[in-house]
Amino acid sequence: MTDKETQMITEKRVDIQVNGQACEITVPAWRTLLEVLRELGHKEVKCGCEKGDCGACAVLLDGKVVDSCLTLAWNAAGRSVTTVQGLGGPDNPHPLQTAFIEHGSAQCGYCTPGMIMAAKALLDDIPEPSLKDIKRGLSGNLCRCTGYTRIFSAIQAAAETLRQQETTS
Amino acid sequence: MLPPFELLEPHSLDQALKMLATSESVPLAGGTNLLPDLRARGEAGGRFISLAALDQLHGIEHSDSRVLMGARTTLSDILHDPLMPTAAPSLVSMAKVFAGSMVRNAATVAGNICYGSPSADVVPPLLSLDAELTLASAAGERTLSLNDFLLDYKKTARRPDELLISVSWAPPTTGTANLFYKLGRRRGDAITVVGVAVTITIEKGNCTKARIALGSVAPTVFRAQEAEEALVGGPLTATTIGTAAQAAAQASRPIDDIRASADYRRHAVHMLVRRLLTEAWQTAGSQHD
Ligand SMILES: Cc1cc2nc3c(=O)[nH]c(=O)nc-3n(C[C@H](O)[C@H](O)[C@H](O)COP(=O)(O)OP(=O)(O)OC[C@H]3O[C@@H](n4cnc5c(N)ncnc54)[C@H](O)[C@@H]3O)c2cc1C
Ligand code: FES
Ligand code: FES
Repeated sequence: MTDKETQMITEKRVDIQVNGQACEITVPAWRTLLEVLRELGHKEVKCGCEKGDCGACAVLLDGKVVDSCLTLAWNAAGRSVTTVQGLGGPDNPHPLQTAFIEHGSAQCGYCTPGMIMAAKALLDDIPEPSLKDIKRGLSGNLCRCTGYTRIFSAIQAAAETLRQQETTS
Repeated sequence: MLPPFELLEPHSLDQALKMLATSESVPLAGGTNLLPDLRARGEAGGRFISLAALDQLHGIEHSDSRVLMGARTTLSDILHDPLMPTAAPSLVSMAKVFAGSMVRNAATVAGNICYGSPSADVVPPLLSLDAELTLASAAGERTLSLNDFLLDYKKTARRPDELLISVSWAPPTTGTANLFYKLGRRRGDAITVVGVAVTITIEKGNCTKARIALGSVAPTVFRAQEAEEALVGGPLTATTIGTAAQAAAQASRPIDDIRASADYRRHAVHMLVRRLLTEAWQTAGSQHD
């Protein structure tokens, strides 16, 4: 085996916090964060296009939304990842999750986890977004089913709820 | 799955430059060009140098005379920089229509410039601001104009052992308008059909400096210099603006592709240059006297 080939099969141990839980996985350089998350059981992170076009794989990396299909697992080492499950579940849903249900914003649901993560990043940045802000914030997320209007209205409703929670807390 | 490759992870700029000098390797910044390309080609065996840990390449510094932007500045960093709307209005307008939020958080300025694509959206604004690039190698640093850096389709003046480390320009003076417009098939997340950036300085009612940079209508982003010359020396009138727009369209060498025909692109250059110059004359003129 040549020098180059030996180096190429080098794997690295990667420690990542996923939804607050410490995880470790040993992978070669070319594995993406998307693949690793799904291997770790986080099937809520969806794989659509694998080239940054659809946003189905969106997660927060240290609070910033990224396409996990374009993020190398090695580059996530030592960092914290939030998936849609990390926002909340059936017992403690996040206002975005509640609003998506109430507004009927999911049909097949494949785009939903990524939509919600992009929406979360948007609301962290702009708590009172205009419709234009919402469209811009979600321009990297594709939905083949809903026609988007119900997604936009859910995000507006969730923003309202979050602002109310902010003022009462 | 991505094809297998090797990834080196230097912790300092010196270390990175040494690696680039001694091994056949390619810098990896946000990966938003490189990784989709790699997946599409499916070729194993490349060697990449990750720029993630190089703190020297981060950050934006503003002074009265110069803006200095680290090479690893992302499109989101541009949008979040509070001084950028005055330091480079065209760059902010561009960042708003660049891809979607996930890609904007990863995509870097250096990656956009060094990939050398004619549709690189970061380039027309910076070209219209006479930006300069600083490149470093193990042998030292050099600074050259962005205009001299762009050679041909996906060909730049970067040597394989060099890293782009920063981009700098003089912020627009009072009486200067700096505008950008991207024509795409849909808003956000679409490859540019025609990109136009203009920088126009008006002093005492006359145009003293004009820059018109065009994207996606030639093998590289380029300056329509004849059009610029048609504007300098007098006020911008419907006639001079028309002449400049015509010259810009003539200087374009667009291609037919799935997004638009060459004729449509040339027509769009004419219309957009006219529109932006008219707006520039109004905004720059009103800042003065
Ligand atoms: C879904 C999607 C949407 C997109 N939308 C747009 C868009 O609207 N407008 C647009 O212009 N582009 C767009 N792009 C293309 C891409 O995101 C940009 O060109 C981006 O700026 C590339 O930066 P990067 O850091 O990801 O580069 P990388 O992919 O890491 O690198 C790109 C090239 O630059 C070289 N390089 C990187 N950094 C340096 C350095 N410091 N010194 C020397 N060489 C270096 C690399 O070796 C490589 O050749 C899009 C891409 C995707 C996937
Ligand atoms: S799967 Fe990542 S953007 Fe489509
Ligand atoms: S609900 Fe099916 S893709 Fe969006």
